[in-house]
Amino acid sequence: MSQTVDARGLSCPQPVLMALDAIKRSQEAEMEVFVDTEASRENVSRAVESQGWKVESIATEGETFRLEIRKAAK
Amino acid sequence: MKNVFATRWGIIAVGAVIGAGAAMLQYLGNPGNMGICVACFERDIAGAVGFHRAAVVQYMRPEIIGFVLGSLAAALAFKEFRPRGGSAPIVRFFLGVFAMIGALVFLGCPWRAMLRLAGGDGNAILGLIGLVAGVWIGTRFLKKGYSLGRTQKLAPAAGWVLPAVFAALFVLMLIYPRAEGVEKTGILFYSVKGPGAMYAPLAVSVIAGLVIGFIAQRSRFCTMGAFRDLILFKQVHLFSGVVALVISAGLVNLILGQFQPGFAGQPVAHTQHVWNAMGMVLAGLAFALAGGCPGRQLFLSGEGDGDAAIFVLGMIVGAAVSHNFGLASSPAGVGPHGIAAVVIGLAVCLVIGFTMKQPQTGGAR
Repeated sequence: MSQTVDARGLSCPQPVLMALDAIKRSQEAEMEVFVDTEASRENVSRAVESQGWKVESIATEGETFRLEIRKAAK
Repeated sequence: MKNVFATRWGIIAVGAVIGAGAAMLQYLGNPGNMGICVACFERDIAGAVGFHRAAVVQYMRPEIIGFVLGSLAAALAFKEFRPRGGSAPIVRFFLGVFAMIGALVFLGCPWRAMLRLAGGDGNAILGLIGLVAGVWIGTRFLKKGYSLGRTQKLAPAAGWVLPAVFAALFVLMLIYPRAEGVEKTGILFYSVKGPGAMYAPLAVSVIAGLVIGFIAQRSRFCTMGAFRDLILFKQVHLFSGVVALVISAGLVNLILGQFQPGFAGQPVAHTQHVWNAMGMVLAGLAFALAGGCPGRQLFLSGEGDGDAAIFVLGMIVGAAVSHNFGLASSPAGVGPHGIAAVVIGLAVCLVIGFTMKQPQTGGAR
């Protein structure tokens, strides 16, 4: 998984802006997004799902949430 | 664990509870169309501790204290208490100052703008237009990479500071309670007339504040984010919460006979349309640049966000500045220096918007 978005320490809407920007620009069909608040986790999930992506898994690593997101198959 | 409050129906329910609760608080004694107003109530708290001496707006509003402590309880219960800070605190402080100055030119924060609308006050439409315009300007900056920078994780004590301050203010209020017709009990100031002398029973205010603080923390309810997300992402999630607030407050107002449509003679309001709008342009821009409406800043403070706490303190100082320097409006119209303050505030916010950026490090971890 090459593409990662590190939005830790940033407050909304920046994690969402960064994730959506990465989705728009990336050629990849999957990426990782790192956030560190529950609100950002929820907001990023909601936003990428509205773009036709899926949150595959959410892993908690200490204070960090690692979201694996994937472009949903058409 | 699924957070039901963060679902579409969750945020709608939270908005509806806040709207109905605010209308009830007004019925039980809070000022007109001011069942809840975060800006006005923080201003009243500034008056209660003597930061300003505007005699008609001095009261230790328990709703605000409840907001912070209710959010703290929710954050602790759901393991979301995360002491953090260090994201340009001095900038956030002055965004708070100018947000308050703008709100007091309009006479209300976004919460009260909605409640004024729900009470039939047509001037609220101008305020809401201004709010949307201010938030829109903020979204332009966000799109261009505006950022106050990353927060740092802090030791737990840092997250407890603002909740402790508000808990202490509540204790002071119990030690030095309001007495009818008395302007000062011990060290606390009270209004004997005016909006500051209008309040719901203490227990009702505290419980309403705690409940709203709790559910707002869970749902991330935000009256600025509602418009920001709609403009920026065409996302209606938070917006559906504020729509629910206006509808439920309007319905309860109709039932209780509190709906009085019109422009002139509205409670704690003036009819200078341009400045009703411009005050909220300033407030909306400041809230957008700071990442949350005044309510959300209180709820974030409750979950340990020291940057939001700084913004709250900025608003309280801003209230003192507003009243001491003649910036705040009154039902007679804008204050003698209110217009100058709005112009200066907009200039400051624009400079902040243009200059605050941080190099993005999206790639490597």
